[in-house]
Amino acid sequence: MTWETVIGLEVHTQLNTRTKIFSGASTDFGAQPNTQACAIDLAMPGTLPVLNEEALRKAVMFGLAIEAEINEISAFERKNYFYPDLPKGYQTTQLEKPVVVGGHVEITLADGSAKSIRIHHAHLEEDAGKSLHDDFHGMSGIDLNRAGTPLIEIVSEPDMRSAEEAVAFAKKLHAIVTSLDICDGIMAHGSMRFDVNVSVRRPGEPLGTRTETKNLNSFRFMERAIEKEVARQIDVLEDGGEIIQETRLYDGDTDTARAMRSKEEANDYRYFPCPDLLPVEIDQAYIEAVRATLPELPDPRCQRFVEQYQLSEYDAGVLSENAATARYFETVAAECNDAKLAANWVMGELAAKLNSEERDIETASVTARQLAGLIKRIKDNTVSNKMAREVFDAMWQGEGEPDGIIEARGLKQVSDSGAIEAMVDEVIANSEKQVENYRQADAKKRPKMLGYFVGQVMKASKGQANPQQVNEILLRKLDELL
Amino acid sequence: MSIDRATIEKLGELAKILISESNVEVTTRSINDVLTLVDQLQAVDTAGVRPLANPLDATQRLRSDVVTEPDCRDQFQALAPAAENGLYLVPKVIE
Amino acid sequence: MHQKTLAELREGLIKREFSSVEVTQHFLERIARLDERFNCFISVTEDAALARAREADKTLAAGGAPALCGLPVAHKDIFCTRGVRTSCGSQMLDNFIPPYDAAVVENFNDAGVVVLGKTNMDEFAMGSSNETSWYGAVKNPWDVRCVPGGSSGGSAAAVAAGMAPGVTATDTGGSIRQPAALCGITGLKPTYGRVSRWGMIAFASSLDQGGPMARSAEDVALLLNAMASFDPRDSTSAERAVPDYTADLSTDLSGLRIGVPREYFDEGLNPATEQVVREALRELESQGAVLKDIDLPHAKLSVPAYYVIAPAEASANLSRFDGVRYGYRCDAPADLPDMFKRSRAEGFGDEVKRRILVGTYCLSAGYYDAYYNKAMQVRRLIKEDFVAAFADVDVVAGPTCPNPAFEFGAKGDNPVAMYLEDIYTIAANLAGLPAMSLPCGFVDNKPVGLQLIGQYFQEARMLNVAHRYQQATSWHRRMPPDID
Repeated sequence: MTWETVIGLEVHTQLNTRTKIFSGASTDFGAQPNTQACAIDLAMPGTLPVLNEEALRKAVMFGLAIEAEINEISAFERKNYFYPDLPKGYQTTQLEKPVVVGGHVEITLADGSAKSIRIHHAHLEEDAGKSLHDDFHGMSGIDLNRAGTPLIEIVSEPDMRSAEEAVAFAKKLHAIVTSLDICDGIMAHGSMRFDVNVSVRRPGEPLGTRTETKNLNSFRFMERAIEKEVARQIDVLEDGGEIIQETRLYDGDTDTARAMRSKEEANDYRYFPCPDLLPVEIDQAYIEAVRATLPELPDPRCQRFVEQYQLSEYDAGVLSENAATARYFETVAAECNDAKLAANWVMGELAAKLNSEERDIETASVTARQLAGLIKRIKDNTVSNKMAREVFDAMWQGEGEPDGIIEARGLKQVSDSGAIEAMVDEVIANSEKQVENYRQADAKKRPKMLGYFVGQVMKASKGQANPQQVNEILLRKLDELL
Repeated sequence: MSIDRATIEKLGELAKILISESNVEVTTRSINDVLTLVDQLQAVDTAGVRPLANPLDATQRLRSDVVTEPDCRDQFQALAPAAENGLYLVPKVIE
Repeated sequence: MHQKTLAELREGLIKREFSSVEVTQHFLERIARLDERFNCFISVTEDAALARAREADKTLAAGGAPALCGLPVAHKDIFCTRGVRTSCGSQMLDNFIPPYDAAVVENFNDAGVVVLGKTNMDEFAMGSSNETSWYGAVKNPWDVRCVPGGSSGGSAAAVAAGMAPGVTATDTGGSIRQPAALCGITGLKPTYGRVSRWGMIAFASSLDQGGPMARSAEDVALLLNAMASFDPRDSTSAERAVPDYTADLSTDLSGLRIGVPREYFDEGLNPATEQVVREALRELESQGAVLKDIDLPHAKLSVPAYYVIAPAEASANLSRFDGVRYGYRCDAPADLPDMFKRSRAEGFGDEVKRRILVGTYCLSAGYYDAYYNKAMQVRRLIKEDFVAAFADVDVVAGPTCPNPAFEFGAKGDNPVAMYLEDIYTIAANLAGLPAMSLPCGFVDNKPVGLQLIGQYFQEARMLNVAHRYQQATSWHRRMPPDID
């Protein structure tokens, strides 16, 4: 008998505001510990929160992008629990009246089928700090720079039936929030973190007991964590056991998961309306003003790429999914005036490099302008495709602009026909035997034999001769000898 | 509603306040005194009454997204029971 | 000098009859001599005060001095003061020296005051007798066997004993008005949102409001002029202009409609206190005011509603005191939960812990609706009683407290007996209305307070009534015996 997997996601999405949700401290990533934790973030006595208007605006943008309802009156609650990285002893969040209610996200699966995932709601809340478990004389260190960073927590309905669907949903959300420019989307910085709720059941039966695996910060880890958890639950059930509702942690480095030691179920969060923050009014005029500023979203952008650049559905899908990739591709295409080549390079060489180094396109070592510069040199025959890859590698290593590298490394293709003719003449003169064989050979076999001469000329030119020209000149000269 | 020892212990756990064995009884008694007082509320008919969280029924004013807070780490950490290398130190956090 | 009102001191300073240094030295000398008996101060900032006074004298000499230039005041130790320990009456914050000032402290500094020090209070403002302070109870200057009231007992007693001519205080359920009544001085709790809560250590955020105390209504008006402001750092701060509260002090009372709630003269009220309060109402009547009996049917529910709402908010507000970033941390914690639990068990006193536990209970799963939500509904009913009453009257008047100051330990170990002392003051906090207390006589040689409750943001009207009353009476001029 088969098992059906049921998955729901809670996605913590950091909003890319300049300052914290309730304080004027900077949200820049990577600062020295606690240098961006102000009196409010540290919950110093007597300090009070004031809501950041940008955080609200970005939450509303998200709601509009997924065709959700925006609550006219939105309110904040306190969620009470003690943790050293939670300075106030409560998290300011939303329970009864979140900014965003409902909505849906469309996903496409590998087999081309489409599915709509419903969103339950998305609410504004503050992020916590970080506990560093490195040993400080047996103690943990607390960095509160992240405390108070604005988040929207996006909560899906349990509409996903496989890890593949969950990943497709997560990637689509990533594409939406980056296209809206409400989140930088940098997974390595924890800008999007996923909690996955997983249960299994026999088809047609009510939902099984679910577990929650917290804080997954890459698509790959999320996929692995779900696959492992599904397998574990099926094993337990098939052995006659029961699933315990628990919170679990997945370690991507070791590909292992375990239940959290601290007993979450003992918690009673005692939510109540935050008396320091009054209800937020979001009127229709405000909503319409925000709607007017919505940028292009991934699905319409994909359609445009097909039409404007004559890309295949597949290529357009890959290039439009993520705002940064789309922006990169469009910059390259515009600069080099060749969308097809631009698409090939962004999806080929560039993607391979980013993958192997596990980097995001925002941090790519080759800029869109540099790549366009290189493509121009391919198009004007200055370099061959093969040499272009060498130039690309050099740019990636930080050696500078394409023209400079071509010059410095002497990679310029020789297209001067006089020079090539001279080399061809020399090769023919030095290859009496091969020329004789060529002459004797059957006309059908000759093209194969041409390879030898081409190789010799390329060798003589140190690889810089334009191969197409070499071919043409060789054919002409050898034919003259027939 | 009257509460018992187990409830008091759970409240101590939630509020992270150690209630020593010698104090459990007197704490339970005084909290029950307070709960007896507040139980007067149960007799009131409040059907259809909107809860009043803020006395003025006001709405939230928003802040513009501008950095206003400089780095004052050293000042703040001078107040900390334990800090090192810019971090606040606490007994090991176990997840 | 210490018998003068702030207004009189101000005039003397402006006319250069005496200097700010002289005034400051006079009060510092009294603090040094008397505070051992009354325990009003947690910290005295002598050097800073004298330095400020010297500056003030220069400004006064140069002319164009700000409104309160050179006048000495003291701040309740709940207001954060940059560089000066701010304990909130708790061991938890005994070592806490904030690197920032409360908005109220900033406002007073801008107005040119000289800060004498920080006054004693019930721990985290939770108490009506000052007995919960970690620094020991304040003694009532009228009778040292009696409590000064709370939680702003140190502030009230400092004014009563002539150790400060004006002070700041806070009021969550009566913490300005009740000690003002018990110590025979004038104190005002403004409309919720009138005074910024920034830098004022929170007890119950939707109820807390800072306000001034002094000898007279005129002094209170002077102080409120400086204290009130719109503050964008406090989301609940009222965005409206601050009027000059001294402008209409002398307006004639004829035709003024005073509502007298039947519920405030019930069987719980001490008969002798009732007599004194009725006499005060007659004085107002004799000045042309019209007394009208009114009903506040839900008034008796204010104490139970308050003891759900205030502890619930406090239970969250006080979670930040966890021993991680500042304040008290227990010795040698075994592990993280032990650090949290022992730091809080040792750092907080019994009343604070009791309220945290009650609040935790009222918010916990299964009880939220029965307690917290119910209390918030009753809160609206209480507010609506006042809204209805104010359709027919301009101010509401009655006793501030059911009894004059009681003796230390008189309330035994049942916390509820103490809570009921706030029965007449709490409703104004729940409704967010401005209210004040002014001295109106004595019972057993102990002061009695007349409470006035005003319409939203109509502090000036109450001050007008209080000032007219004080023009015709001298209760506010009385000083406790045996002090000098």
